[in-house]
Amino acid sequence: MKVDRRNFIKTSGMFAAGSMVLPPFMQSCQNVQISADVKNYLDHFEVSTEMLQKVVATAMSKGGDYADLFFEHKTSNSIGLEDGKVNRAYSNIDFGVGIRVLKGDQTGFAYSENIALDDMLNAAKLAANIADSSSDFKQQAFSEKLPSDYYKISKKWEDVSVKDKVPFVQGINDKIFSLDDKVIKVNAGLSDETSFVLFYNSEGRLTYDYRPMVSFYAVCIMQKGEQIENAYAARSVRKGFEWLNEDLIDELANEAISKTNILFEAVKPKAGEMPVVLGAGGSGILLHEAIGHTFEADFNRKGTSIFSDKLNKKVAENFINIIDDGTLPNDRGAINIDDEGNDVQKTYLVKDGILNSYIHDRISAKHYGVEPTGNGRREGFRNMPLPRMRSTYMENGPHSVEQIFAEVDYGVYVDNFSNGEVKIGAGDFTFFVKSGYIIEKGKLTRPIKDINIVGNGPQALADISMAANDYKNDSGTWTCGKDGQSVPVTLGLPTVLVKKMTVGGTNA
Amino acid sequence: MTKEEKHILAKWAMNHALENGAQQASVSIANSQSSSVEVREQKIDKLEQAIQSSLSIRLFVDGKYSAHSTSRMKKEELARFIEEAIEGTRFLSEDEFRTLPEPELYYKGEGENLDLLDENFSKITPKEKIDLAFAAEKEVFGKDERLISVSCSYYDGLNERITVTSNGFEGYTANSHFGIFTSVSVDGGEARPESGWSESAIKYNKLKKEGTGKIALERALKKIGQEKIESGTMSMIVENRSMGRIFGPLINALNGSAIQQKNSFLIDKLGKKVVSDKLTLIDDPFIIGGRGSRLFDGEGLATKKRPVFNKGVLETYYIDTYYGKKLKMAPTSGGTTNLVFETSNKNLDEMVASTKKGILVTGFNGGNCNGSTGDFSYGIDGFLIENGQLTKPVSEMNITGNMLTLWSNIGEIGNDVNKNSSWLTPSVLFENVDFSGI
Repeated sequence: MKVDRRNFIKTSGMFAAGSMVLPPFMQSCQNVQISADVKNYLDHFEVSTEMLQKVVATAMSKGGDYADLFFEHKTSNSIGLEDGKVNRAYSNIDFGVGIRVLKGDQTGFAYSENIALDDMLNAAKLAANIADSSSDFKQQAFSEKLPSDYYKISKKWEDVSVKDKVPFVQGINDKIFSLDDKVIKVNAGLSDETSFVLFYNSEGRLTYDYRPMVSFYAVCIMQKGEQIENAYAARSVRKGFEWLNEDLIDELANEAISKTNILFEAVKPKAGEMPVVLGAGGSGILLHEAIGHTFEADFNRKGTSIFSDKLNKKVAENFINIIDDGTLPNDRGAINIDDEGNDVQKTYLVKDGILNSYIHDRISAKHYGVEPTGNGRREGFRNMPLPRMRSTYMENGPHSVEQIFAEVDYGVYVDNFSNGEVKIGAGDFTFFVKSGYIIEKGKLTRPIKDINIVGNGPQALADISMAANDYKNDSGTWTCGKDGQSVPVTLGLPTVLVKKMTVGGTNA
Repeated sequence: MTKEEKHILAKWAMNHALENGAQQASVSIANSQSSSVEVREQKIDKLEQAIQSSLSIRLFVDGKYSAHSTSRMKKEELARFIEEAIEGTRFLSEDEFRTLPEPELYYKGEGENLDLLDENFSKITPKEKIDLAFAAEKEVFGKDERLISVSCSYYDGLNERITVTSNGFEGYTANSHFGIFTSVSVDGGEARPESGWSESAIKYNKLKKEGTGKIALERALKKIGQEKIESGTMSMIVENRSMGRIFGPLINALNGSAIQQKNSFLIDKLGKKVVSDKLTLIDDPFIIGGRGSRLFDGEGLATKKRPVFNKGVLETYYIDTYYGKKLKMAPTSGGTTNLVFETSNKNLDEMVASTKKGILVTGFNGGNCNGSTGDFSYGIDGFLIENGQLTKPVSEMNITGNMLTLWSNIGEIGNDVNKNSSWLTPSVLFENVDFSGI
């Protein structure tokens, strides 16, 4: 999105709207053709095109093959409610540049929190050390890359006062208390984040992105007799202030209430292998853990993934198409450019049951001799990019939900999850079921809660025997962790049947 | 910035807040430096260096509270940052429980040196670091035909923090750490089992510099042929290094916030016997060179040695100033320091030998615990124990139960304490655990 100069410059988007600090005037352009948008970003970071070239030349000075600079300015704000009042606020400002140098598959990385030329040159020298020869680097002409526009917003978070956010958080508290007498406490919060990104590399590519994000959540705590239970409802999207409204409050409040209520009646199923029906939406965690991570090409390049020798092989039933997509409008997992300055795509990981593509960053794409898929992502300027997921989902299948249930004599139906994990090499993955139901003779019977389900990636993928036509994206606050870096993602699934997985439970 | 410059800046920021509408404030300036090198296939795969600093400020404005941090340390920007933060805080609701700690509870400076910093941190050369990573790789590379991949890392870090508060606390902490980590993947037919091993230390000359590669390879090879077995109720021994996953929820349940927000299965249990009398646990902040040692906590409260569980009786919660006021309880500390178990005289091998049927858990895979009820379910892998022998590797299984039941069913607390962590966990034998497999 286009950003005007005024909006760049605030020290914090946290508070009173309209305040700002102007940076010193900078001459950011030499005699090169630079668009007004790029010039705004250069001014924002107080760098000139000449400085970019100097830093890249230093990064390449030991004979690296490639170097990139990732400038980032991120403002995060949140307000929180506890014991009935919006009585806490937090904010954070991060600002700096990450400098990366590649030599073949090897990476040198350093960053600087100061964007003065000397500080950047020092960081560039450290990163340059991954190579150990002399440089024949030639400066490339600037080549501007216009980013896509997947997250249009109306009202930017940096223009919103904390005063205008408070009523929504107070509102969800009051709504939840009004819905059920068993509610004893509510925790709720609203977080927004705005990132400005400027990217330049040794090939001359110059691009930028403006990344808004908002998350809204409520935890409902209820008591019935001696028993206390809690559950939460949350949404996260790349949208502006216009996203908040009464309907959203009602939706989240009702969801938190119903998710908590079910827990009072819930039991543990019997332990062991059984059919698992995954409800549409958040069950996409199956794809994220069972398949997504093991498809990340860094693991496959090193041969450490259980899918390392399965490219172009049949891994699932013919009706199965699995996608990793960075282009969904306003999606939490969407990015206009990836963090290596590359175009983002809708990438078919599995097409008609065949393993079609891994998830690539620049290093792995080069290793496999393919085009990057736009999955090079990083938590921030302090981190190097890695192949990471964006929104991972499965397209609709040929079956109906009724057909799927009719197949199950005894099993479980699960649709509410809290977390998952995978062992890349063994392929064993798990996801934790906050709540669901036992299925007996095709019918939902007792609710279940707090059980882990474990499966093996290739086996579970092959065992998806049916998929319905009710695909749903889950816009919860999904955050994916890898090598100590967190990135926002989403996931989605139609209702599917997995023939068998191991369900936690009792042996009594 | 020198320590003195940081002190001056922190005081300036605090005073700026007080002059612009805050009645109380606390400011910390934290900085760190770190480096890491990872090697693969006899080449450097990744080389990283970082220097980081940030200022954080807690503001108490007309009975209202907020907290902020920034990596932008220029005075003119900080001034604006603080002023805006104070303005915004005024839009929040009042919170009568928010104050700085009572000054008499602050650390006063009489503690002994806990020896948490290697004064030679910056003298270790990049070449030494790289050589250590290559040496770890050499222990593995080419040593077994089933080897698929080995990555070895050396890493180190130094952290400093200076804190000032408007009611009289000033504190400075500095600590260092060094580590080596090797991760190995091997060809096990269809699966590619992986395992890792790490060594770490506060001082470079205490770091065990050999063995991570050899141990990681042995552990990965032992996993070949992992399979799930039949579901059943049996004994479980959890290896010392993996204990955090099932010990953590017991500690989380003691947190003041969890107690006050009704998200704990140990509400109103102080002074009551809640778990097996085999559990005696001390929180000891004063171990010289201990990973969790400290003289004061994040708020500046002086630390104390405290019993947490005494023969299964709950002796303390972890209560900070805010939740202390809400709960009308005296603050203890916001978090754990070093947690020390009273151990038996049995080591892991002896515990295995005494087990007729059970599973030795060497790793967890996902899972979670319901904080309100203590109900848990976790994925595990490890080894089947039959008649005192490890008979086969197992994986793709779950354990399911309740924390209070689990910790009431302690069979034995081993004597093999893991000293690589502030939670000094031994291996523990639990009886009657529900496993799900086939």
